[in-house]
Amino acid sequence: MMTPKTLFEKIWERHVVVEPPASPAVLYVDLHLVHEVTSPQAFSALREKGLRVRRPERTFATVDHGVPTLPPPDGRPEGRLAFADELSRRQIRQLEDNCREFGIQLMGLDSPYQGIVHVVGPELGLTQPGLTIVCGDSHTSTHGAFGALAFGIGTSEVEHVLATQCLLQRRPKTFLVNMEGYPSKGVTAKDMILALIAQIGTGGGTGHVLEYAGPAVRALSMEERMTLCNMSIEAGARAGMVAPDDVTFEYLFGRPFAPKGEAWEKAVAYWRTLPSDEGAVYDKVVTLDISDLEPMITYGTNPGMGMPITARIPDPTTVTDPAQRAALEKALAYMGLRPGEPLVGHPVDVVFIGSCTNGRLTDLRQAASLLRGRKVAPNVRVLVVPGSQQVKRAAEAEGLDRIFKEAGAEWREPGCSMCIAMNGDALQPGQYAVSTSNRNFEGRQGRGGRTFLASPLTAAATAINGVITDPRTLL
Amino acid sequence: MEAFQCLTSRVVVLPVDNIDTDQIIPARFLKTTDKNGLGASLFADWRYLADGQPDPAFVLNRPESEGAQVLLVGDNFGCGSSREHAAWALLGWGFRAVISTSFADIFRNNALKNGLLPVVVTPEVHRALIRTFTQDPAQTLTIDLETQTLRWLDQAVQFPIDPFSKDCLLRGVDELGYLLSLETEITAFEAKYLTG
Repeated sequence: MMTPKTLFEKIWERHVVVEPPASPAVLYVDLHLVHEVTSPQAFSALREKGLRVRRPERTFATVDHGVPTLPPPDGRPEGRLAFADELSRRQIRQLEDNCREFGIQLMGLDSPYQGIVHVVGPELGLTQPGLTIVCGDSHTSTHGAFGALAFGIGTSEVEHVLATQCLLQRRPKTFLVNMEGYPSKGVTAKDMILALIAQIGTGGGTGHVLEYAGPAVRALSMEERMTLCNMSIEAGARAGMVAPDDVTFEYLFGRPFAPKGEAWEKAVAYWRTLPSDEGAVYDKVVTLDISDLEPMITYGTNPGMGMPITARIPDPTTVTDPAQRAALEKALAYMGLRPGEPLVGHPVDVVFIGSCTNGRLTDLRQAASLLRGRKVAPNVRVLVVPGSQQVKRAAEAEGLDRIFKEAGAEWREPGCSMCIAMNGDALQPGQYAVSTSNRNFEGRQGRGGRTFLASPLTAAATAINGVITDPRTLL
Repeated sequence: MEAFQCLTSRVVVLPVDNIDTDQIIPARFLKTTDKNGLGASLFADWRYLADGQPDPAFVLNRPESEGAQVLLVGDNFGCGSSREHAAWALLGWGFRAVISTSFADIFRNNALKNGLLPVVVTPEVHRALIRTFTQDPAQTLTIDLETQTLRWLDQAVQFPIDPFSKDCLLRGVDELGYLLSLETEITAFEAKYLTG
């Protein structure tokens, strides 16, 4: 009898080129995604060493991190660059030059498919079950939602993949995350992943690949599964995965890069063999019951510092571990929050709806469902940034842009925007934001800015009231 | 990549857990297309006051930190973004080794590929190191990669590192050279995999 294998093991073993003793495995990469911020040094190194890109047809690029999201004043797609600073403009131009020189397909500013790299890959059907996918961005874990092994890499590794289509990898351990029960109304995939990270901590998944399973995960749409896998890295896991099923296949069918005709049937037959076998063994297992979960929100300066929205801010004096106590004290001092107080009712200055975590159509629909016929509070700036040009067009076709604009929110062009605050969309020192993005680190959304991470529903509810609001009170 | 064999240096102590790469180098400094010159931006938001002046209270700005090559930090160092700029900024400042109880996976990989040695120690050793080097910033630590040993005062402890990374660091060789040398294996794999 064959030893039962996990989803991860099946993909890993199929991609090992060679694994000499006492050396890391050489892993073949099926799909390499590239953006303007972490690739310039890799291309320069190739040029210096006289190397070419081994498999340009397996590499796709887009611009997202540094692109301005203000609508182009002259109506031309390139017009957005008018708002970019000199350095960002140079990075974007350099990616265009690099893609031209090395023969890589670029979804640039003028492309109808431009957008955040982790939104673009799936919606084009580039992201498929069973693939190994890498990108010089830690949120590459997003693509694991399709049952792919997808993880972020550094710029040296970007160079390695460009030159050899391979990476040296130490085999990670496996970690099963069982999510039992079904979420109640107002509770989303974002709340599920924030709850997991609050439980296992920002280092809880280090050295592991997470596999999300259980009825609560099966019931999620592809876009919600992407939200879940996206934040695996915030628990320290480079990759998170969901076994492919009919939901996956339905999402992929007919997408530009998905297999067609007979190749589609063959692919689906293979994809059906990927889910972990009955009795497969994981190095670690954790089970969460989702049925009692409330909307989650973070209060601190890492994504593990999260709590149910109705809870009170934890008190450092009740924490026994000295390092954890110090971390909590430091975080609360930065956030300007007092222990024992609720977060509900706390004023905010900005609401950001977007990012590779929550910038897809489902997320925008959820936010719009609360904002429809309502106004955002007068003292709050609300940015809605679609994850890609395709998301933007789909949202506009449904009239979501009108709902946002009529409510008083700004409807922007696609990009990473205020999630990483490199493009001019940033918090001012001291400002508070409820953000649907993935990181609440000090200064992440602008120097001195203070971030509460939450779902698009919580963000929209907060936008309406101008203070942190439990979305269930408006549903 | 510069080889790493053995060094003796003073130690900069920054005993904060979960230092993420946004603290090591904030995103606004990632607009460069170069690997060099990032040392000035290392820990920028902790190191400089709002007016751009160095914050005298931050450890890197103290005179005894100047010239130190070893950084001692809290648990889960380098979590967050995959930016290799974090490793480049640490090296740019002059660090050659970082000591912690654990490192985030992507940071660890990035460090090793640039000749920056991540040293993992037990919580007990970590506490002893923090005590020693906080009390006496002039004290030095020796890191010997060949024997995988940390030595300070009358203490000596071993640290783990996988043999492949160790060999690359000792010889100062880049992993890419190794991957390129496997051309035959990669081609053979592709022949089978891409048609199968």
